[in-house]
Amino acid sequence: MTQRADEAGLQAREAAEAAARRSYGKLIACLAAQTRDLTQAEDALSEAFALALQTWPERGVPASPEAWLLTAARRRALDAARRGRTRVQSTPRLEMMMDELAADQAADRPIPDERLRLIFACAHPAIAAPARAPLILQTVLGFDAAAIASAFLVSPASMSQRLVRAKQKIRDAGVPFSAPDLQAAPERLEAVLDAVYAVFTQGWSDPAGADPRSRGLVDEALFLGRLIAALLPGEAEPLGLLALMLYAHARRAARRDHEGRFVPLDAQDTALWDAPLIEEAEALMLRAVRLGRIGRFQLEAAIQSAHAHRRLSGATDWAAVVALYDALLVQTGSVVAGLNRAVALSRLSGPAEGLQALDALGADPRLEDYQPYWAARADLCERAGDTGAAAHAYGRAIGLESDPAVRVLLQDKLEALSHAG
Amino acid sequence: MQYLLMIVGDKEPVDKAHADDMKNLMGAFMAYTRAMREAGVMIAGDPLQPISTATTVRVRDGKTQVLDGPFAESKEQLGGYYLIDVPDLDTALSWAERCPGAQYGAIEVRPIMVIPGA
Repeated sequence: MTQRADEAGLQAREAAEAAARRSYGKLIACLAAQTRDLTQAEDALSEAFALALQTWPERGVPASPEAWLLTAARRRALDAARRGRTRVQSTPRLEMMMDELAADQAADRPIPDERLRLIFACAHPAIAAPARAPLILQTVLGFDAAAIASAFLVSPASMSQRLVRAKQKIRDAGVPFSAPDLQAAPERLEAVLDAVYAVFTQGWSDPAGADPRSRGLVDEALFLGRLIAALLPGEAEPLGLLALMLYAHARRAARRDHEGRFVPLDAQDTALWDAPLIEEAEALMLRAVRLGRIGRFQLEAAIQSAHAHRRLSGATDWAAVVALYDALLVQTGSVVAGLNRAVALSRLSGPAEGLQALDALGADPRLEDYQPYWAARADLCERAGDTGAAAHAYGRAIGLESDPAVRVLLQDKLEALSHAG
Repeated sequence: MQYLLMIVGDKEPVDKAHADDMKNLMGAFMAYTRAMREAGVMIAGDPLQPISTATTVRVRDGKTQVLDGPFAESKEQLGGYYLIDVPDLDTALSWAERCPGAQYGAIEVRPIMVIPGA
């Protein structure tokens, strides 16, 4: 009996988790489409999930968990509004909510996918620029403020304040959840693409899926990337972003060796790369370039393309990679681009040149605790024969690394260094 | 939803010495107001007399203070307003964009707060 109850509880929890992964953003978009009240929608949905975990173990998982959750969340929102817990107290608002509830219950209609409307509402120019991408991550994927804060390198407290303000603005200023206007949408595109790429990198940095929050994120980002590219076929950057993600995703099987250790890009076995994905990315790049408007994502994808070329030619075209990083630096002024350029330069012209380029970046305080900077520095010093400086830099890099697979690789290198010296 | 479009700009939108410019601006505002009325979105709207006519009132410690001039001295001044009723912020912003005042000054768009039960 208890065992059966446990099983039912487990089944219910799994079904609820699956529904959350599949449809969190879809449900939020649906719940907030008319009221524009994201906070209310999030509260109502989390109450619906709690109710599901109570009722599903006894009564079984419903045929359509999403429809069940939507109805339960609408009822909760309506109850809260009637009790005056929210701002939605005016009679027309209540009537509208009752109509929605009745319509959902009457017909077994599929839940419309309003996610793109939600995404573009979050990217509205009336929302403070630094809040746009984080807001997309929270409302579409259900990330909590702490996870978003770490992805955007700000404190959880200020991130959560930023998100609260943005949601208030959407509700009180009446920012519409309208279909993205193909004429007006491109100006909102930057924030949308940034958010999608942040989702991808969050999932990418955890290839083992050890953290349940990042499970499925790569697929989610690819789905959103394809959706946006299909919706805005005349825009080059969505194609660039999709190509960039596909190039990286194509290498997923080659990123770790049999023992789970990290394998750097230029040491990867190209036979393990996913050739059809690389070809799809190449075709996307060709389409993007023909549109004649270069941008950050296309440049990053072009760099990936130069790396992918090793699969055919056996060697990476480092001169092309350096030139592309030069262009990227001009476009973005990003210190990360500068770091990668220095590494590429060392491949082209030797470690001394690379170190010189790295020293030129040295003044930027953000590099102090940026792991890739120290790992690159260690590698260049080692190749230049400066064992002491290399050991110091490896130490810094190991101290800053959170991925155990990368940490092991760096520790092995430090070990080898002391044996050599 | 109702929005207040506040036309904020320099004290003199055009050089008064050029009567033609002034006439053009007046004509543009009249056409804009007519378009708003015909679209059925306008509730109210008026230009304001210049800030040299402003008087500011405060009550402090039970005493009424009446001062000549605007509440804050600044280069940018409220020159007029429109109160409109439209479905959402995007529609309000598209009306703000068409306002002739947007050409020389700025239009601040503020939603009207709805007081439940009032």
